[in-house]
Amino acid sequence: MASGTRPRTPPPALLDATALEALVDALRARGFTVMGPTVRDGAVVIAELTSAADLPYGVGVDTDAGRYRLRARDDRAAFGHSAGPQSWKNVLHPPRALVWSADRTPDGSMAGGEPARERRYALLGVRPCDLAAIKVLDRVLTGGRQADPVYTGRRDGNLIIAVECTEPGAVCFCSSMGTGPGTDDGFDLALTELVDGGEHLFVVRAGTGEGAEILAGLPARPADEGIVERAREAVGAAAGRMGRTMRPGSLPDLLAEARGSPHWDDVAARCLTCGNCTMVCPTCFCTTPEDVTDLTGDHAERWRRWDSCFDLDFSYLHGGSVRTSGRARYRQWLTHKLGTWHEQFGSSGCVGCGRCIAWCPAGIDLTREIDALAAAGAG
Amino acid sequence: MTTTVPTLAVWKFASCDGCQLSLLDCEDELLAVAGRVRVAHFLEASRHVEPGPYDVSLVEGSITTAADARRIRDVRKMSRTLVTIGACATAGGVQALRNFADVDEFRSLVYARPEYVSALATSTPIAAHVDVDHELHGCPIDRGQLLEVITALLLGRRPDVPAHSVCFQCKQRGNVCVAVAHGTPCLGPVTRAGCGALCPAYRRGCYGCFGPMETPNAAAEAALLRATGLSDEDVRRMYRTFHTADPVFIALSEVTAGPAGRPDDRA
Repeated sequence: MASGTRPRTPPPALLDATALEALVDALRARGFTVMGPTVRDGAVVIAELTSAADLPYGVGVDTDAGRYRLRARDDRAAFGHSAGPQSWKNVLHPPRALVWSADRTPDGSMAGGEPARERRYALLGVRPCDLAAIKVLDRVLTGGRQADPVYTGRRDGNLIIAVECTEPGAVCFCSSMGTGPGTDDGFDLALTELVDGGEHLFVVRAGTGEGAEILAGLPARPADEGIVERAREAVGAAAGRMGRTMRPGSLPDLLAEARGSPHWDDVAARCLTCGNCTMVCPTCFCTTPEDVTDLTGDHAERWRRWDSCFDLDFSYLHGGSVRTSGRARYRQWLTHKLGTWHEQFGSSGCVGCGRCIAWCPAGIDLTREIDALAAAGAG
Repeated sequence: MTTTVPTLAVWKFASCDGCQLSLLDCEDELLAVAGRVRVAHFLEASRHVEPGPYDVSLVEGSITTAADARRIRDVRKMSRTLVTIGACATAGGVQALRNFADVDEFRSLVYARPEYVSALATSTPIAAHVDVDHELHGCPIDRGQLLEVITALLLGRRPDVPAHSVCFQCKQRGNVCVAVAHGTPCLGPVTRAGCGALCPAYRRGCYGCFGPMETPNAAAEAALLRATGLSDEDVRRMYRTFHTADPVFIALSEVTAGPAGRPDDRA
């Protein structure tokens, strides 16, 4: 994993934007499957990059509650876009995965699920908010007594190239969740993109020995204090341009007290219970098993697929579903994400990426719902 | 141990045959199906017909004539398990548009000799006439779901046919949301999954051919549709095409305004 030791942190280096080609090539030459942002169907999605040319150069996005549109930037920034519909969860904790398979044979043999370590992923362009989300998934899926083999099979050996955020969107609020827009750990390499006039540069820091080794192979030059300071200022300025703010104070307390709030009915009137918020959330990890048999009945497979607390079956116990109303299901999601997650996993489940706001077809904004719950409680 | 091979029958009522074709369209799996069941009655595949009773009957189409209303009772009597397949059988189909119009007027306009045509005033789903054991939705049905139900019935397990929204499968497939990113009207949030989010994968909005999901929110969906530029009448029409006679979609089609407190600036 990326959380290796940082023996002698090398000083920051400077790369021309053209060096991204060399970076992707170097990663591929080392056997990594490089995953990163690229444009498809009117959005910046995460997909395998075969070269740096696949990056979304010059693509910006306009977001708002329930709205996302690509726009042309007036520069060639490769990372000048805020979060799209996918997150690194799509790579590390895939929508559908084989858990085990079995054949009816004389000795009743069974086989395990995904072949372990089929590939090593390099994650290129990880925003600090999304880096925080990966840490949350690490805690949830590997921090207990049983590490999830599907997740570890995809997560182990990752090379993480973070890109600090200088371009927050209208639904972003990482600075109020303490997860961004800058980052100091959890990466192998961290880039800060500087696009100004004709200049297109990256300030690069290595966080691990492997990161430093890769950096050493790139056409880098030392970064002087002036440009390092400019990068720092650009990230600092981004912190002040977040489109949303999460209310300060203890959200677990607020949500525990808001259990019976009439505001849940107000949200439920707008909520489609469609599950989109949980699918786009970079930390929502729930799955449901899916047993598949072939027509002969001699071959069986257990798959798992993403599930959502908005699905009626999610709370199905003997006799029926426990959370049938939209009110109960939205409350469950928000209370877990921002409240009881702390008790269960030692942090918030929210990293402030804003995906659930932008990709909610009904435009429900959790920061506003929290404000409204607080106001209803105070009133 | 000897076991008798279960028998399968396929029946057609008022329909376009597309759902029956889904069975023939199973290609790779078709031989496996044929190896596990005896196809005893499937006129689209073979003129060879064996007498009932049948272990499993797949019923396509809606009831639109008095004769069919009698025939479906006979089919039910001859079938141990009866599975309806497709929007016609489960919800009356496109032909249920007549339920909101004057069928005599249609008949006089369309046919040279309207008196030859004997049809009921309404098109109704199979479940309005007889007990149904399983329903497979869609126009047409998804062949993966069809195989899943046949396999589950053969093995005596519960079929995996979720009732949540199309959005689940849309996000799992990696589609970009056409409503949020393109401003395209989409019934996905109120429509039952099962198609694998086929239309949004080709940048089209969902038109609801699988019928209502488990807990659709009419007002919230109306707000979404209106924000993409649809009129009241557009919203009504969107619901009343493939699931015209579905009581849930009829109720949804009557709600053309969203709840308060929602931004309407996405178009």
